Amino acid sequence: MSDAAAPEVQEAEAAPPPPPELFGCPFDESTGQAVVFVPLDQYAAFAKRLVDESYTMCSDLTAVDYLNLPGRRLPAHVRASGIQPERFELVLNVLSMSQHHRLRVRVQVAADATTVPSVFDQWPGTEAMEREVFDMFGITFDGHPDLSRILMPEDWDGHPLRKDYEVGSIPVQFSPDVRPVQIRSRP
Amino acid sequence: MTDVDLMQGMIAQTDEGAQEMRSRSSMTASELLREVGSVLRMSEAEAAKLGEAQAGTSEDQTMIINMGPQHPSTHGVLRLMLELQGETVLRCKPVIGYLHTGMEKTGEELTFMQGGTNVTRMDYASPLNNELVFALTVEQLLGITGDIPERAVWIRMLMSELNRISSHFLFLATNGMDLGAVSMMIYGFREREEVLRFFQAVTGLRMNHNYIRPGGVAADLPPGWRDEVLRLLEIFPGRLEEYDTLLTAQPIWRERLQGVGVITAEEAVALSATGPTARASGVEWDLRRDLPYLHYDELDFDVIVGSYGDAFDRYAVRLNEIRESMRLVGQILDRMPKGDYRIQDKKITPPPRARIDESMEALIHHFKIFTEGFKVPEGEAYVAIESPRGEIGCYIASDGSAKPYRMHIRAPSFVNIQCLPHMMRNGLVADAVAIISSVDPVLGEVDR
Repeated sequence: MSDAAAPEVQEAEAAPPPPPELFGCPFDESTGQAVVFVPLDQYAAFAKRLVDESYTMCSDLTAVDYLNLPGRRLPAHVRASGIQPERFELVLNVLSMSQHHRLRVRVQVAADATTVPSVFDQWPGTEAMEREVFDMFGITFDGHPDLSRILMPEDWDGHPLRKDYEVGSIPVQFSPDVRPVQIRSRP
Repeated sequence: MTDVDLMQGMIAQTDEGAQEMRSRSSMTASELLREVGSVLRMSEAEAAKLGEAQAGTSEDQTMIINMGPQHPSTHGVLRLMLELQGETVLRCKPVIGYLHTGMEKTGEELTFMQGGTNVTRMDYASPLNNELVFALTVEQLLGITGDIPERAVWIRMLMSELNRISSHFLFLATNGMDLGAVSMMIYGFREREEVLRFFQAVTGLRMNHNYIRPGGVAADLPPGWRDEVLRLLEIFPGRLEEYDTLLTAQPIWRERLQGVGVITAEEAVALSATGPTARASGVEWDLRRDLPYLHYDELDFDVIVGSYGDAFDRYAVRLNEIRESMRLVGQILDRMPKGDYRIQDKKITPPPRARIDESMEALIHHFKIFTEGFKVPEGEAYVAIESPRGEIGCYIASDGSAKPYRMHIRAPSFVNIQCLPHMMRNGLVADAVAIISSVDPVLGEVDR
């Protein structure tokens, strides 16, 4: 890891060290991997900053629906900086090829405000990934050139990877005794 | 029912709405320019040039056709909508999802023990790499990455490299077939079969092995495995020489591939392309060397890089990656240590079969592991490795239970097919087949 990406923890002599941060956002390590928590209103600017800081490839963009884990906790210094856990979380894995460093960006997205800025202009490769997140989670990306469903049929109802989307089963067509559709609710 | 009714009914049944390519007349100039000039940050001069080229095209001169989903050269169920003017491709849009089976949702319903059977079916041409990335992510969350026995690590590398060889042989076979070198298909499948036969001896299955599991591998290598690998290393160099004669040096082959489907290094990085697709354009990036995992940092190998970014370079990169993988396999054979093939942690791996008959605890552990699975601490992790197609990554968020709360696979093919519109623009429709083939997408992984 180069000095640009390293958390600023060297001034530990006099005062207690300041909470680690990266480019102005709280920084943490999750199982040894670099993670930065970005508030939603700074997300677009942060993405621009990352590209300038040589994170030129966005290798992955996905989301998690934390509906079933309402009491989950973010690290203390992240909460202290004002970032509260929300239902959805956008997860980006960006790569700096020159620094050989991978960084994860986590953005909290509230259940009632699921519109986030698109990072398409920073990383054109996120085009399909943002469409997939839209398709699977119903998070809309402001500024995306072609936000349509990508894996599900266009007339599909609901967003399958949301936790309140019911897991169902369909009858097996080639079986001689076709049973009616049974929707099994989550306990 | 009249013909018109019939046709409208068929359209209604197959329509994908906004996912489909729109006609020129329904788009604004800037939208069109963005789609055609794609997605990259072009200089104003480049954009203006492209705008001029597009301005003279009216809709009655062009035609939108569907290539696929049922087309033999789309490697499965990839559907490409092509706007053609004569034989020139003006625009291209991939429409995917025909093979979507909700594998990430399924992954949330399976325990960490069962998860391997799910991910191995995504990229069915390199199942062992899928299992490897899943197992590495689970181990990262468990915090046992450093405790995996040495032999298990080296077995994983051996299988991963052999899988790269078999996957690239499959690419050579299908690439040859797509371009009319049908005898190459037979040769490629013949060589791949040699590797799959070895996999069958080790794992019991030719594909979808579920062999690499969290904590190690499912079974030790069988007696005589070393001779079998040595036999493979002995026959392949000669076969690769034959390929060079049959394809690399052949004028027709070069005519069909050179200068076709060019993509620059900047475009490849911007589009998040990885693997041979990016390396053929000159992007020197191989996770085995640049962000090493397992023990790749201890081995000596070269990263194969192309210079023109055309279909020929993508072919040549893969052909030579087979040679590099053989070098790696040779070194792995020399370094293969003795020892255990999986971690002896009764909470993660089942006890040896013989222990179950004599130990009550072993029986309980065995029962618990196979009924409710092992619990993984709360947290989240992303691990990426170099699969034959590029960076395959696994993101798991765990809530502390025996099943992943969220399991996401970053599939290299899913990302790499975004390059297709760029590669095809202003090419010939006959080259479209060569270009799809050169990206080597696996649709099981694209749609998941």
